[in-house]
Amino acid sequence: MDLLSEDKLSMMAPVEKIRFIIDEVKRGKILVLEKGLTPQEQADLIEMTMTNIDPEDFSGIEMESYPTKSDNSILGKLFKKGIRTRLTVIGPANKLKTLRKDRDLITALVSNK
Amino acid sequence: MGIMKSLRRNLSGFLKKLFNKENARIGIYGPPNAGKTTLANRILRDWTGDAMGSVSNIAHETRRARRREGVNIRANGNSLSLDIVDTPGLATKIDFHDFMGQGMTEAEAKRRAKEATEGVIEAVKWLDNLDGVILVMDATEDPYTQVNVTVIGNMEARDLPLLIVANKIDLPESSPSTIREAFPQHPMVSISALEGKNIDTLYEQISKRFG
Repeated sequence: MDLLSEDKLSMMAPVEKIRFIIDEVKRGKILVLEKGLTPQEQADLIEMTMTNIDPEDFSGIEMESYPTKSDNSILGKLFKKGIRTRLTVIGPANKLKTLRKDRDLITALVSNK
Repeated sequence: MGIMKSLRRNLSGFLKKLFNKENARIGIYGPPNAGKTTLANRILRDWTGDAMGSVSNIAHETRRARRREGVNIRANGNSLSLDIVDTPGLATKIDFHDFMGQGMTEAEAKRRAKEATEGVIEAVKWLDNLDGVILVMDATEDPYTQVNVTVIGNMEARDLPLLIVANKIDLPESSPSTIREAFPQHPMVSISALEGKNIDTLYEQISKRFG
């Protein structure tokens, strides 16, 4: 399991970040992202996951993050800087299973198949 | 660069709202088997007499997005014209073994899985081409799924209207209040798309949110 700091991911371009996550998860890693992904990055990750699914080898990812929080100030809305991302856990679908999740708690099971 | 893109998108949305030249294009989203196509069929049957597509208990029955243009809905004394896009179920994993468990052969299951991955990609791409989203959730399931979180986050980031539909309230184990508590910042309507229960309230909310 790798715990990735906000600083490490913020140094990457969005496409580089998604590629890095997919590559690590395909290698069997479970990643805990300190700052999580933006909603657009989450959508991009889902899209890239689908292109990488291989019936014999990789069935996809388990991704769990808390709902985002919005900044409803005028500046926040104008520049779309108001979305505050939160901690996110990502791993191979065959190793990480979410048992329970609510607004502020994620309970997950990690197996070593 | 990001700021300019954001400003352009906001300006485009503002001009569209100001001149209102086209139908609002509304995507029906949700996880597999939430009842998206059942809802799309219900809306089309009620307002056009037609249907959108087939439904099934096996996940990923809808594997291509389907669009129906110019659906006129009348509610709250207003008439609203919508382009409705029924999207494939969003998922982060697709395992062909799940389809084999539903009685498919390995070849059929692998083909369905492949088509399902393409459907998810198509559904994600549609997010960039919509004016609003109806997010269908199965009221018998846990609402805190990543699919729900991602769709809601994308609508909030784009500042586009979202209407949550708690579907399957005809089932005794349904709990629409759990969905309302999970996402209290967005309007929600509880319905049974299958039985048409509370469907008029849904049309009123559609008119209010997307009109």
